[in-house]
Amino acid sequence: MSAVDDAPGRTPGRSQAGPDPLGGSVAAHGGRGASIPSAGPDFAHLLAQDVVIEQNEEQARTGAQRVEPDHSPRGATQFAHAVPRPGLVVATAAGPDVQREVEQFLYAQAELLDGKHWQAWIDLFADGGVYWMPVMPEQTEWEGSPSIFAEDKLMMEIRKGRVSHPNAWSQAPMWETNHLVGQVALESVTDTEVRVRSRFQMMELRRDAVRHFGGSYRHTLVRDGSGALKIRLQRVDLFNGQAPFDYVLQIWV
Amino acid sequence: MNLSALVEPDRVHKTVYTDPQIFDREMERIWERTWVYCGHESQVPKPGDYYAVTIGRQPMIMIRQGPGSESGSVNVLYNRCPHRGVQLVGNLKGNTGSAFVCSYHAWSFHLDGSVRAIPLAKGYEGTRMTKDNPDCGMKRAARVDSYRGFVFASLVDEGPSLPEFLGEAKIAFDDMCDRSPVGEVEVVPICHRVMQHSNWKFFMENQLDALHPSVTHQSTGISAGRVEKRLKAETGAAPLYYHYLSTFASSFEQWDAVQTINFPHGHGILKAYMGLRPRDPDTLEYEALLTKAYGEAKTEAYLSRSIHHVLVYPYLSVQSPLQQLRCLRPVGPDRTMSEIWHFRLKGAPEAIYRRSLWYYNLVNSPATMINADDLENWSKGQWGLQSNGGDWVSFHRWFGDDREENGVTYSNHGTSEAVMRNQFKAWSQYMQEAI
Repeated sequence: MSAVDDAPGRTPGRSQAGPDPLGGSVAAHGGRGASIPSAGPDFAHLLAQDVVIEQNEEQARTGAQRVEPDHSPRGATQFAHAVPRPGLVVATAAGPDVQREVEQFLYAQAELLDGKHWQAWIDLFADGGVYWMPVMPEQTEWEGSPSIFAEDKLMMEIRKGRVSHPNAWSQAPMWETNHLVGQVALESVTDTEVRVRSRFQMMELRRDAVRHFGGSYRHTLVRDGSGALKIRLQRVDLFNGQAPFDYVLQIWV
Repeated sequence: MNLSALVEPDRVHKTVYTDPQIFDREMERIWERTWVYCGHESQVPKPGDYYAVTIGRQPMIMIRQGPGSESGSVNVLYNRCPHRGVQLVGNLKGNTGSAFVCSYHAWSFHLDGSVRAIPLAKGYEGTRMTKDNPDCGMKRAARVDSYRGFVFASLVDEGPSLPEFLGEAKIAFDDMCDRSPVGEVEVVPICHRVMQHSNWKFFMENQLDALHPSVTHQSTGISAGRVEKRLKAETGAAPLYYHYLSTFASSFEQWDAVQTINFPHGHGILKAYMGLRPRDPDTLEYEALLTKAYGEAKTEAYLSRSIHHVLVYPYLSVQSPLQQLRCLRPVGPDRTMSEIWHFRLKGAPEAIYRRSLWYYNLVNSPATMINADDLENWSKGQWGLQSNGGDWVSFHRWFGDDREENGVTYSNHGTSEAVMRNQFKAWSQYMQEAI
């Protein structure tokens, strides 16, 4: 009747000796030996035994990677579409129209997200650029604040690497987003920096369910050597950031 | 319903995750009887400050008392007007002043729940609802107690005291508070709430499941490890928070070398320590403050505790070394709300707060790079268990290999499913016996 027939006969304290079926060696942890601390009733003593876990550089394969043969037929997502370019901005006699230039930049930012062009999106950021989604509108500093997202370009690279990994299990279900950006209002414009606020609505399809997010963007944009706009700070205030999240956000909004 | 047939020492029947009747019974026999976490005292610092909290299916209010016999203490009341049943506070949190006032007929109540005034009280003369009848006051939780600032309530009079209920799992709060030079923490006043589409047990089992991280979280662990390694090569060091993420991709062997300690009442500890003691100036300054407060031996004992998570069964996961706490509020057999909190070590340098804040932002925020994959597993788990593809959930890994002493089960392997076996032992006792 039992699906597992060896379980009832197993004796407590079964020996741990014998070859490891996975072949790896147990690394030394925290400078101590490889063996499991012997169990005993001295609770405080047990907690004092330091076992440090960390990714072992010598042993790059982890978890499901260890299972042979390759169990995962999926590759990184391939994108059929070319990276969209921002819309054209027609210069006037008075010079470039900054309002329209910034609008096209913000639309392109949203299009890159909807198209899952992660690297092209990250490339919109200046060196030292930051993507920040605070929890409350009154927060002012991206560092040291409880945040929903608080990412520099290195952290963006980690997130991009994560969602692109073939074993990012939560990426398997079909999902899409659709952004609408509007109410683009320039707050200050200099030769080197533009501050602009705007609103967005985003619908997200995941499996069979649609979620709806909305809020405001506040961008600090700077010009690089060629005069192109780059993001120094993209601040995203979700109007429903403190409402319960039905599931979580996996990618930038 | 014969519950004893559903839980065997090495496996459980799928219905304990899916059946609405069993869920109702869990609410009645477990949540609405045992001690349930309400919140931290620092969530309600001033008289009249309240926080709405759900205990089982019961809407409750955690409220800071004003001057009077219970001056300054924290009480827990049912959020219900004794007149016609309307809830007395309609927001998640706030300050109610010196009284609760019902929005329907203006009955008002002192902060301890006793009735203060009934409009046109003459109309009640000669009835059983007069001001001297205790039924005219808001009903209070049968028992309220706190441990190191963490407030719990029980909705019944009988049963173990809070210290008896917590047992050794109180280390969750000791470990968090001892890391402060003044022995206290205060809440960071933000609560992330995430709804999981699965039974609460998935979360509780997962927290001490040491086999899953390197499978479930490998995408993040590998990606973070790659950037961490590059930073170290380029600059000689990488911030500790890269390590938080890369650790998830540690090998099977490393996780198997970790131990779980499983207590009565289903509580438990996953040991292992993520290396939170680098020798940077911030850490040294912090450790000097602790040494000044506690002396060298105690400081060393506090900081070298090997704790990854502490579970207070069936609803709390405390990551004490990083001052984070997640509390489950089950909504249905396949719906569970988790409330995610972060705490600040009072008296510790700002840099130490910021260091653990990274864990809150990267791992526990609603944009988590870790729990996204857990939630995916649990949803798929719930759907799988709702199917007729099988009847049992297996907890056979290292069955018979654990060591039990005085009701505490010590795993010889980090990946032993002793954790789940121990949780279901407690579950069976709650569900079938008088507490």
